[in-house]
Amino acid sequence: MKRRDTLKALSLGTLTATIAGTEAHADVPKKAVPPSLSDFKNGKSAAELARDAKIAAEKFFTLHELQTIRVLADYIIPADGQFGGATEAKVAEFIEFIVKDMPQHQTPMRGGLLWLDTACVKQFGKKFVACPKAQQIQMLDQIAYPGQAKPEMSQGVAFFNLMRNLTATGYFTTEVGFKYLGYVGNRPNAWDGVPEDVLKQYGLSYDS
Amino acid sequence: MSFQIKEQPIVYDVCIVGSGAGGGMAAKVLAEAGAKVALIEAGPWYDPADPKYITQLKNPWESPRRGAGNHRPFGDFDAAWGGWEIDGEPYTRKSGTQFDWFRSRMLGGRTNHWGRISLRFGPLDFKRKDVDGLGDNWPIGYEDVKPYYDKVDRLVGVFGSIENIENEPDGLFLPPPKPRLHELMLKQAGKKAGIPVIPSRLSILTKPINKDRGACFYCSQCSRGCQAYADFSSSSVLVKPAVKTGNVKVFTNAMAREVITNQDGRATGVSFVDKNNLQEYTVKAKIVVLAASACESARLLMNSKSSRHTKGLGNSSGVLGKYLHDSTGASRSAFLPHLVDRKRYNEDGVGGMHVYTPWWLNGKKLDFPRGYHIEYGGGMGMPGYGFGFGMENINGKYPNKEGKIKPAGGYGLSLKEDYRHFYGANFGMAGRGEAIAREDNFCEIDPNVVDKYGIPVLRFQYTWSEHEIKQAKHMQDTFEEIIAAMGGIANGSKPGPESNYGLAAPGRIIHEVGTTRMGDDPSKSVTNRYSQLHDADNVFVVDAGTFVSQADKNPTWTILALSMRASEYIIDQRKKANL
Repeated sequence: MKRRDTLKALSLGTLTATIAGTEAHADVPKKAVPPSLSDFKNGKSAAELARDAKIAAEKFFTLHELQTIRVLADYIIPADGQFGGATEAKVAEFIEFIVKDMPQHQTPMRGGLLWLDTACVKQFGKKFVACPKAQQIQMLDQIAYPGQAKPEMSQGVAFFNLMRNLTATGYFTTEVGFKYLGYVGNRPNAWDGVPEDVLKQYGLSYDS
Repeated sequence: MSFQIKEQPIVYDVCIVGSGAGGGMAAKVLAEAGAKVALIEAGPWYDPADPKYITQLKNPWESPRRGAGNHRPFGDFDAAWGGWEIDGEPYTRKSGTQFDWFRSRMLGGRTNHWGRISLRFGPLDFKRKDVDGLGDNWPIGYEDVKPYYDKVDRLVGVFGSIENIENEPDGLFLPPPKPRLHELMLKQAGKKAGIPVIPSRLSILTKPINKDRGACFYCSQCSRGCQAYADFSSSSVLVKPAVKTGNVKVFTNAMAREVITNQDGRATGVSFVDKNNLQEYTVKAKIVVLAASACESARLLMNSKSSRHTKGLGNSSGVLGKYLHDSTGASRSAFLPHLVDRKRYNEDGVGGMHVYTPWWLNGKKLDFPRGYHIEYGGGMGMPGYGFGFGMENINGKYPNKEGKIKPAGGYGLSLKEDYRHFYGANFGMAGRGEAIAREDNFCEIDPNVVDKYGIPVLRFQYTWSEHEIKQAKHMQDTFEEIIAAMGGIANGSKPGPESNYGLAAPGRIIHEVGTTRMGDDPSKSVTNRYSQLHDADNVFVVDAGTFVSQADKNPTWTILALSMRASEYIIDQRKKANL
């Protein structure tokens, strides 16, 4: 296969892959066949697909917890004039999946959310999501800056660090995150080195 | 796939166990020479161009865990089916020591996701005992293997550059890709620090070499398997052409249990468990070639006891399983302040580094033997699980887009901007070095534990010595020199003696070798210089088990060359009716 043909075949392949999510009806098996060790689909074994489906079907967070996660995630990565924020990137849905898939996050997240509500009740008489925006921000400012936070807020700082991490990963691993970041890879191309203007910017060349 | 061996006792010319680098090469060479070959693989069929297997070019959101490595160890998209732990296939450790064993159960084995770093061992690497008095020399030298390295270069394809560096033999190279931005900076930094930085040598086709395989399209995802077959994996490059000859029957999901021997002590075939139905089958063959990986082949031999081979097949010397060694590994990363807010473009490149540092201190007086090479990473890679973690350790330390240092952490639009600002402004270094092969680092059969197929499992004993620890210390010092020459700021604190200077646990670099080592003296080695068992002339080992010493080079290219050499020897001996 010539490279040009490869590129062509691949770009077509990529298109197909994008559509693949919507053509599930074509893959409905006619009768239930137990998966064999050799059954693969979309790069995953039957066992892996079954495991992921099982994890996705379980529920971990309560509605209240999810609502709090949504509000926090949008504070962490809000929409700007051009690009959506955490809600558009479905960050809360990602966090729901990942804590089921990585149980080490479950207690820090559940306990951290409860810590947050308790702290808000103490200071403002209401849980975090019920607080007006000014009070929510007042609380965030006490836990979002590890170097400035009071010692008694350290558990809140640890929780918010985890929340910030999961929100960032959840956001930047989506299409809107790619666009915001300016990531333009993951597609067939021809690498011919660093662009000329970038070489110039850093005073580098391929000749030296 | 039908399993009618017991009903139809075909006698194959050769039965090969394992379809990775060694097994794939043997299958190709022997099948093309006309031999009827049975190829036994413990995992399923795999073809990176078949949509049902493809993970290449998928986006992170196509994985619910965004490609995280909590199930497949190198991530959800990685083309290695298996890992450090495999359900139902345990191994154990002895005396509180550690050894981690990575296995891929699939056609092509671990060649499907490896780094494609394809280095030849040099003349010194075969004769290290002559240099430092430690370990043993190989019974063969570079001149014995060179013709096979040349043939492997032509058959498989490898890019690189002619450098004429002592002990880093040049190959028959395809053109290397141009360095990325941080790699150009590394070349400059290397000049400043007196450390060579040269084009890497990877088995990735920057130009097509035949009609069956395409050229690289620069997605940097060789570890996911290539649908254009532009990188080397045994499944695409060796097994498929071998099957095309019509002379190879592949048995997938077939877990080898034992090499069967007769009263004369010669092999007559291999028994295996079909993982689909847990039934046992036997493949009869005139010659048995083991390529199941260094430790798996040793295990198979140890489990092949008979009245003629009371300590296991090929173990009259007692060295089977001993002299196990993995590469040393340590790493460090750094922030490059001059790369913040860099211009965006696609710099994915090939799968892996475009430049590397070969060992540069041969003959220098150091406090440790042998050496290491340095692999580099960095650039504007694709975000996956873990992207953005730890921003609170960065954005309070370095100026933001407006040139201000803010309080660390935070939230909101300014934080969002920080992720964009600091993206692509890091680079990493990983040292990969040579450990000393020692008799007291070994695998053996655990007397109490079997896997789910009823096969006795391996028990490991492994410790690092002062040699490897001092080498890791030298790596860390070198990393800091490079970081300084790059104008970078090291991330985290420098690993010290409390962590053996960041020396990775044995087995973690996945270069384990030495368990069936070759030698001219049957009392001190398992195979002869042609990878043939001293104790059974129709049994060969063509994985890295035969390595006497590992060099600081990745083992694959030498596995391929030695497997080709052993296979040609088999053909030659058959012609002469010696086998």
